[in-house]
Amino acid sequence: MVTVVSSIAWDVAAEVTDPEIPMLSIADLGILRGVKTLDDGKTEVSITPTYSGCPAVMAIEMSVSATLAKAGFDPIIKRVLSPAWTTDWITPRGREKLLAAGIAPPVKASNSIHALFGETQVNCPQCGSHETERVSEFGSTACKALYRCQSCAEPFDYFKCI
Amino acid sequence: MDASLHFDCLVRLADDHMILGHRLSEWCGHAPMLEEDLALPNIALDLLGQARILYDHAGKIEGKGRNEDQLAYLRLERDYRNLLLCERPIGDFGHTVLRQFYFASFMGLYWSECQNSNDQILREVAAKAIKECAYHIRHTGEWVIRLGDGTDESHQRMQNAVADLAPYVGEMFHMDETSQQGASAGLIPDVSKLAATWHAQVAPVLAEATLETIEVKPILGGRSGQHGEEMGFLLTDLQFMQRTFPNMTW
Repeated sequence: MVTVVSSIAWDVAAEVTDPEIPMLSIADLGILRGVKTLDDGKTEVSITPTYSGCPAVMAIEMSVSATLAKAGFDPIIKRVLSPAWTTDWITPRGREKLLAAGIAPPVKASNSIHALFGETQVNCPQCGSHETERVSEFGSTACKALYRCQSCAEPFDYFKCI
Repeated sequence: MDASLHFDCLVRLADDHMILGHRLSEWCGHAPMLEEDLALPNIALDLLGQARILYDHAGKIEGKGRNEDQLAYLRLERDYRNLLLCERPIGDFGHTVLRQFYFASFMGLYWSECQNSNDQILREVAAKAIKECAYHIRHTGEWVIRLGDGTDESHQRMQNAVADLAPYVGEMFHMDETSQQGASAGLIPDVSKLAATWHAQVAPVLAEATLETIEVKPILGGRSGQHGEEMGFLLTDLQFMQRTFPNMTW
C-alpha cells in the first residue's frame, strides 16, 4: 500500500547517491525498488544490486539507513535479487547525468544476454562521434568498460549493458 | 527436502565460486597488462558476490547459526567441496583464461538450468549470474583464440594449458550420490546432461584457436573433500585473517 508516509520516505531514500558514481542517485540508477511502511511502523526499503559482487551495495544500504533515520524513519533494508537489475532501469534523467559527467550511458534494450554479444555502437560522451573503440572490457568499477574516441582522442568510461 | 542435502548442494556451488574467485584475485597487481589487472579482479568480484549469497543461504538452511564468514573461512580443508578445476594454481595467463573459459561456459549452462530449481534463492542468483557469466565467457573466449592462434610461444603455452587442465574437465559433469539426490529433488541440474552442450560450445572456440582438444580420464576428488596439495596453501592465505583474529569483521 502506498501511503503518504512511504512516499515521503521514497523521496528521502531516492536522494542517496552511489558512492562509485556520485552523480547518480539510487533512484536514477534504478536500484531503489520499493519503499513501504510495515505494520510495526518501520520503513522497509528494497534495493537490488547492479552486480552480484558490487562492493558499493553495502555502503549504499548503510547510507540509505542513516539518511532515513536522520529524517525520522525507522528503516530496515531488504536486498532483492529478483527480478535482476538491468541497465534499462537507469532513468532518462540518470542517462543525461551520466552523459554530462563524461560517461557514455548504456546502449538501450539490454534485457537479453544476446545484447552482450551484439556489436554495439558507443558514442563519445565528449564530442558525440561514433568513431570509438573499446580499450578494455572491464573498467574502474564492475559496471563500466573503457573506451577511446578516435575523433577527439579522449578516453572515456562506458556504462556496460547488462 | 532434507536440509543436510540442501546444504551440501549449496556449499559445493559456493565453494566453486569462492575458491576460483580467490585464485583470480591472486592476479591483482600481477596481470600482464593493466586492462587484465582490472578484468580478472572484476570477474573475481562477480564470483565472490555469488558465493556470498550462496553461503548465507546455506547457513540458514543448515540452521546451526553459521554465517557466510564462518562457512567461507572457518572450515577444514576436507570440508571444502569445490571442483578440483577451481583450485588449480593460476599458472600462466593462458592457464588462467582457459580455466575461466571452461568454468564460465559450464556455469552458463548450469545457471540456465537453475532457472527451474525449486529453490527460490538459487533461481534469483541464477538470473543475475547468467548475465555475468555471458560476459566472462566472451572475455576469456576471446583470449583463448588470441593466444592460441597467436605466436608460436603463446600457442604452445595455450596447448600446454589444454593438456594440464584436461583431467579436471570431467569432474564438472560427474554425478555422485549428492548430485543425484539434489537433481532428483529438483534443486540443482543434472550436470551429466550438460556435458554434450558444453563440449559443443567449447570445441569451436578451441578450433578457432588452432588448439587440439585432449580427452583424458578425469581426476575426481573435490566433491568429496579430497584436494590437491595446493589447496592447503590456498586456504592458509584465505583463512589467515579469521584464524589470526577470530570473529573479526570489517
